[in-house]
Amino acid sequence: MEEFGTQVVPHIPRLRRYARALTRERTAADDLVQDTLERACNKLHLWRRGSDLRAWLFTIMHNVFINQVRGRKVAADVPLNDEIMELPGHMAQADRLEIRDLDAALARLPDEQREVLLLIALEQMSYQETAKALGIPIGTVMSRLSRARERLRGIMDGAPEVTTLKVIK
Amino acid sequence: MSNLTITEADLHAYVDGALPQARRAEVETYLAARPQEAGRVQAYRRQNEELHRLFDPVLDEPVPERLRVPLAARRRFFPLRYAAVVAWITLGGVIGWQLSGMQHPPSTNSAAFARRAAIAHIVYSPEVRHPVEVGADQETHLVNWLSKRLGAQLKVPHLGELGYTLVGGRLLPGDTGPVAQFMYQDAKGLRLTLYVRTNAEDARETAFRFARENKIGVFYWLDGRLGYALSAEIAKDELLRVATAVYRQLNP
Repeated sequence: MEEFGTQVVPHIPRLRRYARALTRERTAADDLVQDTLERACNKLHLWRRGSDLRAWLFTIMHNVFINQVRGRKVAADVPLNDEIMELPGHMAQADRLEIRDLDAALARLPDEQREVLLLIALEQMSYQETAKALGIPIGTVMSRLSRARERLRGIMDGAPEVTTLKVIK
Repeated sequence: MSNLTITEADLHAYVDGALPQARRAEVETYLAARPQEAGRVQAYRRQNEELHRLFDPVLDEPVPERLRVPLAARRRFFPLRYAAVVAWITLGGVIGWQLSGMQHPPSTNSAAFARRAAIAHIVYSPEVRHPVEVGADQETHLVNWLSKRLGAQLKVPHLGELGYTLVGGRLLPGDTGPVAQFMYQDAKGLRLTLYVRTNAEDARETAFRFARENKIGVFYWLDGRLGYALSAEIAKDELLRVATAVYRQLNP
């Protein structure tokens, strides 16, 4: 375990960078890193020395993140009424100017597109490594990457956002 | 130029610097004739740069204390380990009950020791995903950890010459305290386990003894402060050969 700790330490700054970009919030990002490290400790027997430790850690972080997101979605799905349903449309109008920086634009990407874009553009993983880390086919990596970049470009250029929300009467 | 086939994937690989040089030149030729596509590629490149500008500073931040606490100190409750213990107790009870009528009764401590070793072998040797808690790739840690828990310096025999490689080991509950189990396997996946306990009362040496629990053969012996039991579902002669090698390595 001590040895594992020594090997993991150099990866922590990059895990933090990715987590920050993924959650865009300092505390949430470090919570994600902490949960990832704890899970890695508990699953240590599944890691084989000599295999890519960094890729393994990012896979664990992906799984932890997905679980957190799922947990949040279940909670967020509860209050459904017209007032809340209208809110995102208004916000999209009001935030239009602020959205023009990439940081805010990132938040508008679906989680699965943001993950792919960040692993490739920020972490500089290969498409193959990204596919493996996220457990998806490489074709899916390419299509998510393509959609993520195009969507970011649209937001940055101030193109009107397509509202995917259906208002139920 | 116009007959170049450049895919969407090529454009992204170009942005990410993932293309071989020859292909990169083809993409550049392609883009030179298509300003709109070139603009799009340029925008993607700016996104990459902007992401680094925004988030690279995180790399230089001091890592918060809570992420630097020695990783070993933060082990929490493990559902898996808990499940293993429950399985251990349940299966041990079932197998013990089955064995009790069939074989020699555990009249002495050492016979009971052989039985516990056989049960531990039966429980853990078929495990595919979690045969051990700590793998052989961390042998030093494994030995230090188990030595610390048993309160005696353990050694792990290397049985490579006999065709058995170390898989790893785990900590188990014994009659009087913690017990260590080391697991080995051969090229065909046949597994051997070496079960090690400390001898609280009878610190002495004994000859090899043999017991058979169902199909599991067990050679067991006491060696000063430690008691050993080697279990496998193999012929007695072969098991004796391995047991002899183990004994020699532990007493060089």
